[in-house]
Amino acid sequence: MSAILELSNVSRQFGGIKALNDVSFSLHEGEIVALIGPNGAGKTTLVNAITGVHSPSSGKVVFKGEDVTKQKPFQAARRGLARTFQIVQPFPRMTVVENVAASALFGGNPESIAAARDRAMEELEFVGLGHVAETPASSLTLPNRKRLELAKSLAMGPKVLLLDEVNAGLNATEIDVALDLIRRIAARGVSILIIEHLMKVVLSLSSRVLVLHHGELIAEGPPQEMVHDRKVIEAYLGPKFAERFQKEMADG
Amino acid sequence: MSRKSNLTLIVMGLWVLALALAPSLLGNYEVRIAISIAMFTALALSWNIIGGFTGYPSFSTAAFYGIGCYVGALAQRSGVPAALAWVAAAAFVGGVSFALGAIVLRLKGHYFAIGSIALVDISRLVISSWGSVTGGGNGLNVPLLEGRPPEVSALVLYVMLGIMVLAFVTNVIVDRTRLGFGLRCIDQNEDAADMVGIDTTRYKIAAFVLSAIFPGAVGAVYASWVGYIDPTDSFDILTTVKVPVMAMLGGAGTLLGPVVGAFSFVMLEEIFWANFLEWNRAIMGAIVVVLIFFLPGGILRLDWKRILRRLSDRSKARSTDKGSAKE
Ligand SMILES: Nc1ncnc2c1ncn2[C@@H]1O[C@H](COP(=O)(O)OP(=O)(O)OP(=O)(O)O)[C@@H](O)[C@H]1O
Ligand SMILES: [Mg+2]
Repeated sequence: MSAILELSNVSRQFGGIKALNDVSFSLHEGEIVALIGPNGAGKTTLVNAITGVHSPSSGKVVFKGEDVTKQKPFQAARRGLARTFQIVQPFPRMTVVENVAASALFGGNPESIAAARDRAMEELEFVGLGHVAETPASSLTLPNRKRLELAKSLAMGPKVLLLDEVNAGLNATEIDVALDLIRRIAARGVSILIIEHLMKVVLSLSSRVLVLHHGELIAEGPPQEMVHDRKVIEAYLGPKFAERFQKEMADG
Repeated sequence: MSRKSNLTLIVMGLWVLALALAPSLLGNYEVRIAISIAMFTALALSWNIIGGFTGYPSFSTAAFYGIGCYVGALAQRSGVPAALAWVAAAAFVGGVSFALGAIVLRLKGHYFAIGSIALVDISRLVISSWGSVTGGGNGLNVPLLEGRPPEVSALVLYVMLGIMVLAFVTNVIVDRTRLGFGLRCIDQNEDAADMVGIDTTRYKIAAFVLSAIFPGAVGAVYASWVGYIDPTDSFDILTTVKVPVMAMLGGAGTLLGPVVGAFSFVMLEEIFWANFLEWNRAIMGAIVVVLIFFLPGGILRLDWKRILRRLSDRSKARSTDKGSAKE
């Protein structure tokens, strides 16, 4: 397995705040890696740093062997490095299929607008939005908006997909559907970095977990180990609760 | 969808034909109005590309128009034939807008609007202070077009109509190609547009340049027509506000909206100029207010079917009322 995406010592400052501090990791081809961490840990900032929204202040991002540290977001998209937004970002006055066709047209390389539309329809069927293709994007329900985000990124034919809390706000049944969808995306050969708060999703999807806290990677390993890791529990609950939590776990 | 767009083309074709017939059917006064309509339609259609499709509220029209006036005039004064001077003005303004666009398009929303107005003032300042070349505040005489007055007006009308048609065709092409698709994405969500692979900077500059070249040509033709230009007239703030108002009055971002808007506005202005001279500007202000409150999408986006249905319902109701009153 070779690394398709590799970060070395990536930092990003906002004024005095170090939102990312010396982050290094790599994502291998075909892998699903989960990125977890408490609110404000810097997860979204990491996605922004990788895709050129807020380029790293220092450090290096390498994608498919190419240094892409200074790229613009549109270049990331065309290279096959796609992301979804934590806060969904549709084109509100376009239909669902037009939204996805835009991705296919500009992020992929179809021959024509008509070809982009065909491609968009395929992706809409894939994520289960075929039946609402012609409705305005602004009329979609939250779970469907999340799926639209997925269809938009898939239409660009990405090699790597960065998913920023695509399951937030979904109920239990909807999450099961979403899990199945993410597995099917991975089966297409797309490597995935998934930001997630729900342990169920982390445990059932990922082969490896990265834990971010105050902009630093504090732990990395298999999901079962991470949920019992002292540093990780501390990051989420604070040291006092972490102690009690671990005692209770130990006591059964 | 293609039926509707063919209808648009037919309507536009008939409209151009109607305007072109003015010199042979109507008098001097009407030809002047036709020239005014063609001119402002060309300006409004140009604005539509940056302001309508892309959603960037540009107030730079008068800058492009004014620079066009001066480039055309200076070229003609140094012996360049009129037609060539007009093309040169368009090309020069295209170049200027490319350079300025790269700067001012970094701004968004209100900031962009203010920046685009500043371009008008800066251009005027440069022209008025560069007296040795531009004649400064004294203005410039421009070689008059040859021919009897009616012939000259007819020629100017045809040239303005030509520019208007080019501006319209540009709108149609933009509307149907990936450029237009990309501009609409930028209008609706610029961050998302970037994220789906649109080189937003390049697209916005392209839109800005396309919205500049036709006003450049219009300005140059206008200069040849009137024979005299000065900085105050060429870089008129009122022009820069009027043009977006026209496009929005008809429907910004549509193909026929700027056409309908420019026509309605010019006609309203004629009526009010003729009848209440000193109220002219107040009326323009009133139109802006009405636009904002009652017609946010413009005339073409009104739900005409519903309005007609409601009117006919009401008149039916009235006749049945009368009927029941008699009983
Ligand atoms: N554009 C910005 N300007 C200034 N500060 C920012 C910016 N973006 C993020 N930050 C700061 O960086 C830190 C990390 O924020 P980030 O959004 O990456 O966290 P997160 O892990 O995604 O949190 P959440 O779980 O709430 O989504 C926060 O302190 C935030 O205030
Ligand atoms: Mg976040």
